[in-house]
Amino acid sequence: MQQLPKIPKEMFETAGIDRAQAEKIEKPSLSFWQDVFIRFRKNKLAMFGVVLMVLLVFMAIFGPLMVKYDYATNDLLNANQAPSSEHWFGTDELGRDVFARTWEGARISLFIGLAAALIDLFIGVVWGSISGYRGGRTDETMMRVADILYGVPYLLLVIILMVMLGQGLGTMILAMTITGWINMARIVRGQVLQLKNQEYVMASQTLGATTKRILFKHLIPNATGPILVTMTLTIPSAIFTEAFLSYLGLGVPAPLASWGTMASEGLPALEYYPWRLFFPGLFICLTILAFNVIGDGLRDALDPKLRK
Amino acid sequence: MSRLLEVKNLAVSFKTYGGEVQAVRGVNFHLNKGETLAIVGESGSGKSVTSQTIMRLIPMPPGRIKSGEMLFDGIDLAKKTDKEMEAIRGKDIGMIFQDPMTSLNPTMKVGAQIGEVVIKHSKVSKAEAKKRAVELLTLVGIPFPEQRVNQYPHEFSGGMRQRVVIAMALASNPKLLIADEPTTALDVTIQAQILELMKDIQKKTDTSIIFITHDLGVVANVADRVAVMYAGQIVEMGTVDEVFYDPKHPYTWGLLASMPSLDNEAEEELAAIPGTPPDLTNPPKGDAFAARNPYAMKIDFEQEPPMFKISDTHYAKTWLLHPDAPKVEPPASVQRRMRKVDNVYRTPVLVAKDGE
Amino acid sequence: MTDKLLEIKGLKQHFFTSKGTIKAVDGLTFDIFRGETLGLVGESGCGKSTTGRTIIRLYDATSGEVLFNGENVHGRKSRSELKKFNRKMQMIFQDPYASLNPRMTVADIIAEGIDIHGLAKTRKERMTKVHELLETVGLNKEHANRYPHEFSGGQRQRIGIARALAVEPDFIIADEPISALDVSIQAQVVNLMKKLQRERGLTYLFIAHDLSMVKYISDRIGVMYRGKIVELAPSDELYRNPVHPYTKALLSAIPLPDPDSEKTRQRKIYDPSIHDYNGEEPELREVSPGHYVSCSQAEFATYTT
Repeated sequence: MQQLPKIPKEMFETAGIDRAQAEKIEKPSLSFWQDVFIRFRKNKLAMFGVVLMVLLVFMAIFGPLMVKYDYATNDLLNANQAPSSEHWFGTDELGRDVFARTWEGARISLFIGLAAALIDLFIGVVWGSISGYRGGRTDETMMRVADILYGVPYLLLVIILMVMLGQGLGTMILAMTITGWINMARIVRGQVLQLKNQEYVMASQTLGATTKRILFKHLIPNATGPILVTMTLTIPSAIFTEAFLSYLGLGVPAPLASWGTMASEGLPALEYYPWRLFFPGLFICLTILAFNVIGDGLRDALDPKLRK
Repeated sequence: MSRLLEVKNLAVSFKTYGGEVQAVRGVNFHLNKGETLAIVGESGSGKSVTSQTIMRLIPMPPGRIKSGEMLFDGIDLAKKTDKEMEAIRGKDIGMIFQDPMTSLNPTMKVGAQIGEVVIKHSKVSKAEAKKRAVELLTLVGIPFPEQRVNQYPHEFSGGMRQRVVIAMALASNPKLLIADEPTTALDVTIQAQILELMKDIQKKTDTSIIFITHDLGVVANVADRVAVMYAGQIVEMGTVDEVFYDPKHPYTWGLLASMPSLDNEAEEELAAIPGTPPDLTNPPKGDAFAARNPYAMKIDFEQEPPMFKISDTHYAKTWLLHPDAPKVEPPASVQRRMRKVDNVYRTPVLVAKDGE
Repeated sequence: MTDKLLEIKGLKQHFFTSKGTIKAVDGLTFDIFRGETLGLVGESGCGKSTTGRTIIRLYDATSGEVLFNGENVHGRKSRSELKKFNRKMQMIFQDPYASLNPRMTVADIIAEGIDIHGLAKTRKERMTKVHELLETVGLNKEHANRYPHEFSGGQRQRIGIARALAVEPDFIIADEPISALDVSIQAQVVNLMKKLQRERGLTYLFIAHDLSMVKYISDRIGVMYRGKIVELAPSDELYRNPVHPYTKALLSAIPLPDPDSEKTRQRKIYDPSIHDYNGEEPELREVSPGHYVSCSQAEFATYTT
């Protein structure tokens, strides 16, 4: 049996309740994106990807300014030089500085990748969200159109476009986005189908919200996770497709250089002048790696089930 | 009365981004053979964490058992390895959860799932296991068991699925059944059937049951003894008569007062407990219920109350039972329900820190 | 005698699926009087939630009428006509975790109705209204800039109530508003609803499956079974004198927080085949003043002797 602790009498006076205290929230406010950022930061591989991406973008912007050679000047006397202190990445068959061309090419490849991703984003999000929200006939029709377009042989489409519109940056981007948006549309539609039956959407409907309001204020903001991840993974896909098309000779016209055209020109010279393929090839790989790793990291950071 | 389970001084916490959450803060209780103990509490009270810790189902990290023992038939479950627990779970301890759809594998026939449990814990053939599955389906009251044993979970209604889950939990004749809100998601008539079923099975098999719920009506229906949990601690514990007819803790009063009874007058307001339970990342100093307690005294905000014993079986953790505390009246609706309970001590007795 | 705010006549909501027609709501006729709380109870699948959502026109009715102050809610309506109804009728939802947009702040959630209907002229006015509403439901002003996930279930339900009140409705449909909450929190929300009703003259349709809580808050209660109302009576009367066998079975199944009575309670079981209608459609007939039961002519005779 224990001894009762000695307690002064006044301690037993009633204290009453503080209502405001009863409703107080202790923890600091953490918005959704802050939480995502914290989880993303913990992923070392993803952070490595971010660093890599930052370096690549930095070089794309400042790289060509670092050397006195520009990407288009021919210097036939110095053709096919191996990397040296003069030409850090060597020269190609026309004597052009590979370093300058690589970073000039980076601008083009990254631009193509980003442009394609953004166009896919806009078309895909609008198409997918309207289709998913409206449902019924509208949904069926819209998705059938997408399916048909998806089924058209891609390469054939690109070649026809190239022939009709001529080679160039614009044509290249058009070629990639003509079917690229379909993936995004499907993802967004899936999200919207899931989300439109949530009670907060019903609440908004009872308040009298228009479809536009529901799409832009409720559905799309809650789908940004998968949208962002898809976008991040579209960029490397676009870069790779560009490289592939360039390799087939459908790329940007000379003297413009993209990594794809450089690789395409470098391949036949692989045996004797390997640096001409090596550098563009290396940076294609690094860029794709960086964005893929960032995309994966984002997907994990956004996954509510992994949330603690 | 022999004790099947003794939990002593159990403390469990979780590491989160915001800090370490003290989910269970020093819980002591026991379960006798053949009896049903109800653990009542609201979200965040720690009742589910307690039962999942007994089964060692909490992932550690981020969870960890800070202190305490859980003696099951004399063996401390807190010290067992995962592998050792695998042999105990399903065999000696069965568990039923709230949502039958997540307890059942949607791609496996019901008979196969029950059979799996049987085969795991006793060396029998598949045919034998199937026979046992049919027996169990009959025991839990599923009609046409020979046909239904070959069906998939989605072919059963909610109440029927819960019966299948009960059958699985009972497959190896466990000594202890832990039921965590098994009827919360069910309609009231189905709930009544399931509660009747459980009491029936207990009579037949003498299984001990820990029944976790937030519904006091269900507690009154199934329990022999009750433990009321708040903010990670047991604040009152006793036989079902003691807790309903002679409650001592203001939180228990609050719970009883906030339930409308079918015979009360619609005019008087339902006495709600204001506010919300505290954040257990930083448990408040003193009595965790103080901020919401209309009977709180100054000392409730300073020192945690000790556990007082009101009878051989009745305990309450409140300063109101201290001899120097003022005499208070529970809310009117609680008083109306009260009646005399036997074997109460003349004065409450202070309980030692780690004993009962 | 108060006047009728809502008249529901022969309301049907049938869902057509590949497996056949689901008659979720199958011919409901009842009135809701101004200022009262009508409770609607039943078990899962009886159609009570579908009824609520059809009344507020989240779903278009298959047939039947919903007259709000004499005007039909369904049928061909212009945007502005529908918007008018949005201001008069509002809804509180069941799931506190899914009824608030996790990406919006509490202020934006509560002010959505204000924004849609242009009820505030300036940002300051908007915020003032939001703060007033927060205080009305017992929350602090500081909560306006927080996100739903930071609140408990009970607090979220109160935010949902504030959102519904923002457009100053006359009628609120509460679709299982307390089912997902802890017992002591249920009492908080119910008390709040009763207080708001007194202060603002609101009319409620309270849909739930928890019979004891429904009795506490409702003036009259309708019991639904398989898409139809089987009994409708004032609350006290329903519990004292249940007539329909389903109502009796439902009431006998409720566990009461009283161990002595639980030990002796006898549960009644409802078997629909005992009715023996012989093709006759049962109708709601008045067996005593204000007390209606769905029955055949023969049954009606037995109920009134």
